[in-house]
Amino acid sequence: MANASNKANRPLSPHLQVYKLIITMMMSIIHRITGAGLYFGTVLMVFWLACAAAGPEWYAFANEVFGSLLGRLVLFGFTWALVHHMFGGLRHFIWDFGYGLAKETSTFMARATVVASVSVTVILWIIGYMVR
Amino acid sequence: MVQLTLPKNSRMGKGKVWPKPEGATNLREYRIYRWSPDDGRNPRVDTYYVDQDDCGPMVLDALIYIKNSVDPTLTFRRSCREGICGSCAMNIDGTNTLACTKGSDEVSGEIVKIYPLPHMPVVKDLVPDLTRFYTQHRSIEPYLKTSTPAPEKEWLQSREDREKLDGLYECILCACCSTSCPSYWWNGDRYLGPAILLQAYRWLIDSRDEATGERLDNLEDPFRLYRCHTIMNCTQTCPKGLNPAKAIAEIKKMMIERRV
Repeated sequence: MANASNKANRPLSPHLQVYKLIITMMMSIIHRITGAGLYFGTVLMVFWLACAAAGPEWYAFANEVFGSLLGRLVLFGFTWALVHHMFGGLRHFIWDFGYGLAKETSTFMARATVVASVSVTVILWIIGYMVR
Repeated sequence: MVQLTLPKNSRMGKGKVWPKPEGATNLREYRIYRWSPDDGRNPRVDTYYVDQDDCGPMVLDALIYIKNSVDPTLTFRRSCREGICGSCAMNIDGTNTLACTKGSDEVSGEIVKIYPLPHMPVVKDLVPDLTRFYTQHRSIEPYLKTSTPAPEKEWLQSREDREKLDGLYECILCACCSTSCPSYWWNGDRYLGPAILLQAYRWLIDSRDEATGERLDNLEDPFRLYRCHTIMNCTQTCPKGLNPAKAIAEIKKMMIERRV
């Protein structure tokens, strides 16, 4: 009991280390990560526009960068981040009106967000290749 | 502040493996967080074996079994053993719940892992310090506030108005939801957390309460209310099946509605 009042030494109980990864929490984390990713994606957009403005050689250079395998992978990721963040935003929009907050509904919406974002991204890219 | 790792004095080490009870055929392994203020050591995770044939069905029964027949130093809070006092709130199998209403057979894996409520100062073993939580509860003035003279008998309420309190009055303040919330983990010194906000909403929509404006003023703050980012851990974990996230969303709506 001598040390019972010694509050300074109390450890902090584990949190992220032990908490189960629930899909609604994961979607919240991914919403933040994709949001941050969009900043990076915007830099790519600016790079592309700046190259277009700088002249045909620069524009060809940008197209070469984005057309490479790595460039396409990054653009694919950017597309997914954009679409995922948009669906996440819609989810928040519904929540802000006080709907879709029940346990089962929010779990369903979290799953639906993943399915929708991945399929819309793939569809967009298929359309992209078809109209090329 | 967001801090993803544990401070040095909080990192968990390997603990003791306690002997298996003799002659038992239906053994279940429990891994339980241990920390004592008296030995100057870091927290550790001890391994216990419980004879499920000699023990009730709930996780609390297993804890009592361990305390009675394996290790009397294991420390935890418990009282009502029927989910109404909220004392035995802890992190079981990765989510916060009441040990007395969580069946051992509801834990899907082989091992039942038990930790104190997350991101709280530990008093001993599974006992967290809830002082701040109670202080925050006091700050929302959880009682009827009126300015009109008190009626001769009681304050009356229509059935419809009474129904608005359903899903709110059942909260037992076990702190499962608040300590499941990452926002509360990072900003618990300023963010009130889901349990206290659900309590705040319980008074905000009480038709008899006359301090709605004041109560909203008190919550109108970037931290106290608006650190809720709809992560939804609160509603997912509530052992009473309540919906703190919905209550918070309703408060946010009230904030907007009073401005238009």
